[in-house]
Amino acid sequence: MKLNDAVFGLLLLALGVAVLVIVQGYPKIPGQSVGPAIFPGLIAVGLCVGGVILVLNGWKNRATQAWFEPQDWVRSKRHLLAFAVLIGSVLFYMLASQFLGFLICSTLILSVLFSVLQVSLPKTLLIAVIATLVIHFAFYKLLRVPLPWGLLQNYSW
Amino acid sequence: MLTAVAQAFSMVFEPYTILVMVLASLYGLFVGAVPGLTATMATALLVPVTFFMAPIPAIAAIVTATAMAIFSGDIPGCLLRIPGTPASAAYTDEAFAMTKKGQAEMALGAGLVFSAVGGLFGTVVLIVAAPALAEFATRFSSFEYFWLVLLGLTCAVFITSDKPVKGLITLFLGLLIACVGLGNPAGHPRFTFGNVEMMGGIGMISMMIGMFAISEIIRFVVDTAPPAELVVEQVGNVLKGQWALAKKYPVQILRGSALGTAVGALPGAGADIAAWMSYAMSKKFSKEPEKFGTGHVEGIVESGSANNSALAGAWIPALVFGIPGDSITAIVIGVLYMKNMNPGPSLFTTNPQNIYAVFLIFILANIIMIPLGILCIKVARRILKVPRNILMPVILVFCIVGTFAINNTLFDVGVMLTAGVIAYVLEENKFPIAPAILGVVLGGMLEENFITSMIKSDGNLGAFFSRPIAATLAVVTMLVWFMPVVMKMLRKKPVRLSGLPP
Repeated sequence: MKLNDAVFGLLLLALGVAVLVIVQGYPKIPGQSVGPAIFPGLIAVGLCVGGVILVLNGWKNRATQAWFEPQDWVRSKRHLLAFAVLIGSVLFYMLASQFLGFLICSTLILSVLFSVLQVSLPKTLLIAVIATLVIHFAFYKLLRVPLPWGLLQNYSW
Repeated sequence: MLTAVAQAFSMVFEPYTILVMVLASLYGLFVGAVPGLTATMATALLVPVTFFMAPIPAIAAIVTATAMAIFSGDIPGCLLRIPGTPASAAYTDEAFAMTKKGQAEMALGAGLVFSAVGGLFGTVVLIVAAPALAEFATRFSSFEYFWLVLLGLTCAVFITSDKPVKGLITLFLGLLIACVGLGNPAGHPRFTFGNVEMMGGIGMISMMIGMFAISEIIRFVVDTAPPAELVVEQVGNVLKGQWALAKKYPVQILRGSALGTAVGALPGAGADIAAWMSYAMSKKFSKEPEKFGTGHVEGIVESGSANNSALAGAWIPALVFGIPGDSITAIVIGVLYMKNMNPGPSLFTTNPQNIYAVFLIFILANIIMIPLGILCIKVARRILKVPRNILMPVILVFCIVGTFAINNTLFDVGVMLTAGVIAYVLEENKFPIAPAILGVVLGGMLEENFITSMIKSDGNLGAFFSRPIAATLAVVTMLVWFMPVVMKMLRKKPVRLSGLPP
């Protein structure tokens, strides 16, 4: 995902301005010349300056540098799908793990990712289950991380 | 001092610590040998596990795993022409050319032996320099620390990128992230948007796992390149002829190790930049530069020792000042804080046995590298055939669980994902990541010392230059700022340096 420098420049400029606006509301410390606003304020000024430089650079190079230059994988359905599944599976875990529990979530995530990455079906199911159990054992039993049981609460071990 | 050393020995030569070191070695060798898994990623993934260990075994795990990974990154470089970690990228073509000439043993052996030699050299410098610097640093006040941190950040911007503007921008982003939460001198909640979890700030470890592991997984799933072919099926005795090499290239070994240690100690620049610089230097000073690139071992000897010595060098500023020398020590600093071994000069005076234990671990790690490395080369064929389409999803689940384990909250998992995606996009667009890491790690320290100094001097900026050491550091910092302009005038063609290991 290659973007023209100017795109980043505008984003940074927006971020810098937003920060500058937010820090205006920060309290002054009585009797002191510096408060909680000064440090982020200085950074925001830096971001704005950097953003402007990038915008100018990007505009200057607009002939050679495309606004958006997709790499090979963006055109390949398989890779695009793999990317989406990868991001989706982390989001899925965040949303569903409390309800479904770690074991179900992890097995699902691994199975789907394996199949998208073209692992054969028997291997996919076998390794998804084994890897899930091993990780669960290592973190839940050995390191005592409270991984959620979710739906399997009644069968917990 | 002797009792402290004795204590250090008993802490390190405890069966548990030794077991941790052996396991961490195997882990490091594996991670380094698999292309797409880096030494920094190895460290980030270790953190959730070390979380549950005593301080010394935790450090031992990280030191050994990274030392091994930087060596074993040479293996796929040599056999597949793909560097296992970015630190081996500088001489991958050279090593592969040697393999094609039937000299794979020589190339791998040189990588192994001189990695250990470089690592030991860096360790010696660490042992000598760190306590001396710590002694010196006890006289530092907030003014000196302010300039020191600023100098460190400046180095990170200018050394990791040929485009200082992009480096500066990622540095600012890192500093801004460090601002989030209550952790500022005024204790005012900044950029929390009313979210309770943001009050504590953005978790450093979850962010690092995202930046170094998730971004690599993304890079793997979108990789459209066909898999590389293994050229050599069997590797023979790698130690044969290494002694002759050592006698032939003593200057190169010394120069590579010294340069590597120095580059490692510079904030932001780590093993990969050390290897690139020392490979270039080796070629420049070689008696037979025309042989470089055709399968000539000289450059491998020199830069192979440089990248491992950089690892130890990076610990010098990390332990003494809490300023990370590379992205690995950036993570280490987080671990040190978690283990109540806050970096700084007092670390050397209050509990010196811990520091001696760290030194000892470094020595041990570089010694056991030789036998374990030989073992790893023997089974390299199998490691290189490990299906990465199975490995990467498993690592993803490991990342999720590991990040969750730090605070038992899903918020951190979200931080990890966001950091991973942002790091991936930034790197694709040639923004260096190292300055961002340094910004996040050092932002709090920079602000605290700045505010303290401002309050002490009653807002008078001149006070920042009134103490001799502070003034010196200030001058050096500004010199680095104006260096690029001078360099541009001196040099026609700028040397390109790649960013820190992703």
